[in-house]
Amino acid sequence: MLRTDLPVNPLIPRPATRGASRRDFLKGAATVGGAFVLATFVPLGRGPLAQEAAASGPPAGIFEPNVFLKIAPDSTVTVLIKHFEMGQGITTGLTTLVAEELDADWGQMRYEMAPANPALYANLFFGTYMGTGGSTSTANSWTQMRKVGAAARAMLVAAAAKEWNVPAGEITVAKGTLSHPSGKTATFGDLAGAAMAEAVPADPAVKTPDQWTLIGTRLPRLDSFAKTNGTAVYGLDIRRPGMLVAVIRRPDRFGGTVKSFDATAAKAIAGVVDVVQIPTGVAVIAKDTWSAMKGREALTVEWDDAKAETRSTDAIFASYREELKKTGLPADTRGDAAAGIAGAAKTTTAEFTFPYLAHAPMEPMNGVIQLTDEGAEIWSGSQFPSIDLYVTSAVLGIKPEQVKINILISGGSFGRRAVPNADWTFELAAVAKAVGRKDPVQLVWTREDDIKGGYYRPMFLHAVEAGVTADGKIAGWRHKVIGKSIMIGTALEQMVVHDGVDDTSVEGVKNSPYKIPHFAVEAYNPASEVPVLWWRSVGNTHTAQVMETMMDELATMAGRDAVEFRLELLSEHPRMADVLKLAAEKGDWGKPMPAGKGRGIAVHESFGTRVAMVAEVTVDGADIKVDRIVAAVDCGIAVNPDIIAAQVEGSVGFALSSVLRNAITLTDGIVDQSNFDGFEPTRMSEMPVVEVHIAKVDAPPSGIGEPAVPLLAPAIGNAVFQATGKRLRSLPFDLGTVG
Amino acid sequence: MITLSVNGVAHDLDVPSDMPLLWALRDTLAMTGTKFGCGQALCGACTVQLDGTAVRSCQTSVGDAAGAEIVTIEGVNGKVAEAVQAAWRDLDVVQCGYCQSGQIMSAIALLSDNAKPTDDDIDAAMDGNICRCGTYQRIRAAIHDAAGKLA
Ligand code: FES
Ligand code: FES
Repeated sequence: MLRTDLPVNPLIPRPATRGASRRDFLKGAATVGGAFVLATFVPLGRGPLAQEAAASGPPAGIFEPNVFLKIAPDSTVTVLIKHFEMGQGITTGLTTLVAEELDADWGQMRYEMAPANPALYANLFFGTYMGTGGSTSTANSWTQMRKVGAAARAMLVAAAAKEWNVPAGEITVAKGTLSHPSGKTATFGDLAGAAMAEAVPADPAVKTPDQWTLIGTRLPRLDSFAKTNGTAVYGLDIRRPGMLVAVIRRPDRFGGTVKSFDATAAKAIAGVVDVVQIPTGVAVIAKDTWSAMKGREALTVEWDDAKAETRSTDAIFASYREELKKTGLPADTRGDAAAGIAGAAKTTTAEFTFPYLAHAPMEPMNGVIQLTDEGAEIWSGSQFPSIDLYVTSAVLGIKPEQVKINILISGGSFGRRAVPNADWTFELAAVAKAVGRKDPVQLVWTREDDIKGGYYRPMFLHAVEAGVTADGKIAGWRHKVIGKSIMIGTALEQMVVHDGVDDTSVEGVKNSPYKIPHFAVEAYNPASEVPVLWWRSVGNTHTAQVMETMMDELATMAGRDAVEFRLELLSEHPRMADVLKLAAEKGDWGKPMPAGKGRGIAVHESFGTRVAMVAEVTVDGADIKVDRIVAAVDCGIAVNPDIIAAQVEGSVGFALSSVLRNAITLTDGIVDQSNFDGFEPTRMSEMPVVEVHIAKVDAPPSGIGEPAVPLLAPAIGNAVFQATGKRLRSLPFDLGTVG
Repeated sequence: MITLSVNGVAHDLDVPSDMPLLWALRDTLAMTGTKFGCGQALCGACTVQLDGTAVRSCQTSVGDAAGAEIVTIEGVNGKVAEAVQAAWRDLDVVQCGYCQSGQIMSAIALLSDNAKPTDDDIDAAMDGNICRCGTYQRIRAAIHDAAGKLA
């Protein structure tokens, strides 16, 4: 996912200006449905955009509040969440920031997903894009959402001061109640109407950390109730009157196209309404999901594989090894790596391979679209609404502002729902266009569609040559990274491709915080028809495994302790050093283990968050059982420590199957896996005990959705080495093939 | 016409008898609390009770479910269900939440049979329910917590 600031993309137009006047904006607040609503508050260097955004107002005929916050007469406070909730708890986190500054009671807080409107709800780290990724949600909202709360609080206080005829400075607010020493009190609901007449403060002060009562505490998730009684509504749960269901038969090989198809048998299936060709395959439209699936089974399609990927994954790796004989693009160069290695006392060479991985979010991809007289309306788990708006309008030949997207929560994403070409939204719009009727259509991906559907974490191969000096220091390090670029050829290329190198393929190696005097990183980005995508923690999924396994190997070669060896090289990165020490201390680093068991450690920074992890394993033959994981994290100020812990626990559960067994492989271009049998996620009986320790730091929050994922493989691999003396490099780990 | 009794209410459905119960619930009855995860009895997201036994509704045909008492996440109730749901909320088990209808239905079935499950019992009863968000540590803790609440 993205971590850099996105420039303004001319492809993604801003909504046309209409509706409310500038005067309405300056007034600052308005009544919508009887509730107090606070005008958009976009602080710090966003003046022009903020004004334009606010002046645009709600599109005609659509109720789309220009707000982040609503206070109802019953005192409930609803925060509009501009970020996508895929399980990471952002709805609770952003609501906490508002509640803190508002001095609200947690029980009165509610949330709603904001509609797709990039002008109002841009990710402040993504320029004008509305989107969620790169573990940026809390970080980019940190100031913005606190200022929303602080502004609303100031307006409530000003209204109370007038009503009570007392100085504003004498009014206190606590747990949703305003009070004055004279004994006067009021709720937010009492004052909401009067507060609307107050001017929005230009730059309201926010609290200092010593004044916090909610930030840093364990507040319960706002979505727990609906997610435990079946009432939470995901994209796949949308039911519209007259809704049809579409499933798509896609090519067996990536890059294949439809040569011809015969729909006779499919149309004979009861419930099947239509069969249409779209650019990515053939869609079967039916009255319900089951009939659509049966119709698709009955369909005959002949494919044109002239441009398709027909190689097996083994052949692709072989081509990578061949490619590495050439010189790559320089990604990071320090000193003279070749000379450093030549002067080393001991050297090693190592190859690491990484397979394609499917994201396999629990809720398969889906969406509902309905063509309307105004344009189109979509209901979906839209993680990158800016792109979804643009792609939908481009397919349908309408303007982005004619597309309305209702954003639903999703059953996971792990990167899959934020796609530079919005593949699944493209299909949704293409189906609607091909069907050409006004009935709502739900596009459903089955699990087989998901596992076989591409947009994988790319295959990667790393080749490293490194050595240590006689006095136990790193002498030199030469590192080649090869794998298909996620970004080259997409609309987002300009953001992360520098001098031909896709940063997402080398992040975590390039700019390694380790002080390695002679270091050379070369990148290779070969093309392929297999679509690839960021997968929870992106390039760090492979780079951390290579860096942290090599560090362990070099420490062993140098005859030094793995923690002490790293600390010496992190002397300029105290926060990295601190999490490493914290993990070592809490994870019993250095204590002896019984035979057959081992302990390993790793540390890595991604998305501005530092994580160190200690793994304890039991090895029995070729079987690896992970018993315990101790993680130390520094993600800045911990807004909700329990959600941070949950994200780290979940990252371990999510990543473990990719360490132990998951791989998407191709045979002659056809994906070998199809469901949770061939691509099996972690199960309950495999889950280790996970202990999470959060470093206390006074720095703005960074993300926690992804940064624990990269640590698991090297921590486990290093533990297996301690237990067995066998060095596991390639993923998934296979002790049976390591000598 | 096939008659299904769901959460104590009889519904007449005009669907083929080989339609999986999952799709009859979700599409025909618009009861979407029961989730589609794999369609192959591999993930447990679609777990419902059939005459008190937890089954995968994606692999149970409507024809086979006719005549049985079907209970879904929307209708599940009683002491065990309340204890399980309360434990899930107290420990904030959920992340994306998509698997949790199935997890909760399986946990209720486990605790209905076994008031004080061990970790091994939990492994055996819950291994068929995948949570891609990896909430297993909290699911385990919540099952123990619910057992404690019921004791
Ligand atoms: S959907 Fe039934 S077990 Fe996965
Ligand atoms: S909570 Fe997301 S799959 Fe279980």
